[in-house]
Amino acid sequence: MSEWQLETKNLSVGYHGKAMIHDIALGIGKGEIVTLIGPNGAGKSTILKSLFKQLRLVAGTVWIGGADVAQMSYKELSTRMAVMLTERVRTELMTCREIVATGRYPYTGRMGLLTAEDEEIVQNAMEIMRVEDLADKDFNRISDGQRQRILLSRAFCQQPGIIVLDEPTAYLDIRYKLELLDILRHMAREKQITVVMSLHEIDLAQKISDKVICVRGDTIFRCGPPEEIFRDEEVRWLYDLGEDAYDVSFGSVELPRPEGEPEVFVIAGGGSGIPVYRKLQREGVPFCTGILDPGDVDCRLARHLAARVITEKPFCAIRDATLREALEAMRRCRRVIDAGAPVGECNRRITELIEAAKKDGLLETAGEEYR
Amino acid sequence: MNAESKTSAWMTDRLKARSRYLLILLLLAAAFFALAVVNIYSGSVTITPEEVFGVLFRRMGEETAQYRIIWQIRLPRIFLSALLGGALALSGFLLQTFFRNPIAGPYVLGISSGAKMVVALVMINFLERYREVSSSVLILAALFGSLLVTGFILLLSRRLRQMPILLIAGIMVGYICTAVTDFIVTFADDSDIVNLHNWSLGSFSSVGWSNVHTAFWIVSAAFLLTFLLSKPIGAFQMGEAYAQSVGVNIRLLRIAVILLSSILTACVTAFAGPISFVGIAVPFLIKKILRTAKPIIVIPTLFLGGAVFCMLCDLIARTAFAPTELNVSTVTAVFGAPIVILIMLKKHQEY
Repeated sequence: MSEWQLETKNLSVGYHGKAMIHDIALGIGKGEIVTLIGPNGAGKSTILKSLFKQLRLVAGTVWIGGADVAQMSYKELSTRMAVMLTERVRTELMTCREIVATGRYPYTGRMGLLTAEDEEIVQNAMEIMRVEDLADKDFNRISDGQRQRILLSRAFCQQPGIIVLDEPTAYLDIRYKLELLDILRHMAREKQITVVMSLHEIDLAQKISDKVICVRGDTIFRCGPPEEIFRDEEVRWLYDLGEDAYDVSFGSVELPRPEGEPEVFVIAGGGSGIPVYRKLQREGVPFCTGILDPGDVDCRLARHLAARVITEKPFCAIRDATLREALEAMRRCRRVIDAGAPVGECNRRITELIEAAKKDGLLETAGEEYR
Repeated sequence: MNAESKTSAWMTDRLKARSRYLLILLLLAAAFFALAVVNIYSGSVTITPEEVFGVLFRRMGEETAQYRIIWQIRLPRIFLSALLGGALALSGFLLQTFFRNPIAGPYVLGISSGAKMVVALVMINFLERYREVSSSVLILAALFGSLLVTGFILLLSRRLRQMPILLIAGIMVGYICTAVTDFIVTFADDSDIVNLHNWSLGSFSSVGWSNVHTAFWIVSAAFLLTFLLSKPIGAFQMGEAYAQSVGVNIRLLRIAVILLSSILTACVTAFAGPISFVGIAVPFLIKKILRTAKPIIVIPTLFLGGAVFCMLCDLIARTAFAPTELNVSTVTAVFGAPIVILIMLKKHQEY
């Protein structure tokens, strides 16, 4: 018996016997959440489809609980693995309860009639996903978020050891995304169900996954805990992003910074600069900002957006040299914006910057438009 | 509401649904018997109720014309229209499930016309040589024709992923087959043409008991098999991938569904010629009134519904312009085509 719930070795997947991605070796434990990330068309779906036998394997083996999937009938597989696909399901005159009940298929008799026990499991699954109020509604007449939860209840009804989900968050707004992932985490932790899915939102993948698998190219394959995977350079490489486009601590991506010599100097700090930076970036105005502490949240964003960032050493009072540098940079700009940074021991001398700008008649105060 | 009262609430809901299914089945059964009775009475020769009763239950007056009319013309015709009506509805339902489209049907996809073409070919050849064609030869010919077209449509469906285009392709195939049939008819002996022409337009007339027997066995076997496939067909309604994920053997199911629908279409075409729109209209109406698409309920109900629909259409065909008899297909088209338009409007609204 293998220690892994799901294991692959030398796995090659692709269409019509042609391998798109080869040498996939995975080991996924019971109750783990594993996420596939990677650019569009990288083959995330191809890998998932191969796992649940919708695609024939090009080479290699997949084991579930130590048993070779290739030797398994679809019926056998269906009691171990449930799926949720990305394409929309179109049904005819089916209530949500009926959809959920289709998950009981592997357990019902010749004619597919539900026993009292089956009914109870169906009811239970809907209660866990908090969709019991939708039970008698037509599946075509509920929202996308509700539909995903119904399909998840259906998968849960199948009582599988593993649930495979192909982009479960597609079509969902941010609230439903969070709700869905929360439910998945609950299933993995409390019910010890292994979750394997593909996600587009790398920030969410970072937050929910025990393991992350990067899919790009044909042989390149990276797999590990999110701490290892989510480094700036790894993510940038995976998605072919430009420099500074991805920030690991924000888990977010940024549009490219405006090019050119700084035209505006922003006096910021303590988060006050963020709305100003964003506005300038939207307007395509290159800017310079300072004087910031390197750990300041303004500084983190400014590194992605600003043409130039003037910083002091961490938690040190602003020194003469730094102030001089900032003054020089400021005098080369046409405008100066005071973002309204809070002033304390360390950055007391930005007031000198503000005074200098006032004297030159360049100072504007960030008004309502930035709040 | 607490959990228990909730549970009992949907239990009562389901009980209500089940009683509705039963009521609909009973109403259809009542319509079936009523139509059977009306069909026995109506026709160019008037027969009194006493005579009908005597002929049917006491087998009185075996030498009389009334006896022959009832036993040799009207009764077999009633049975055949019922059986073939059920068969058409069932084959329509199977094709709609297979192609996941509510306007798929044996006639629209050209399968009926394919069967018709091969039957016409075989008929002409056999009539020239042996002056007679057995029903089993006709059925085999029709089956060959329907499988031929179905196979072609399946090949196309691999290339044409979009359903509307596939349907248009089916209609075109149907036209080609009809053209070939017309060609054959044009060059056939005069003596055969009358028969062939009547048949190729669709009619339940001129059948004997032996045909009814053959049709009965084929149709009931196909019905039973389809009913036994209720469970996988139900899973298939959510799409192929989901069906497979719960353990359905998709390849086997596809083959079974195609074979069953082809056999049913072939049987209808061999005995009554191509009959249009029943396969689309009846499943649609039945699902509408049942308010469900669950195969285990829909399959028996639509079979009965198809029987009732065809008996009604045949009654209209025989009596509306008596003594002139219409083709059944003319009548079914009048009722069926508007329903197809309705379905398309409804689908259009949904998207």
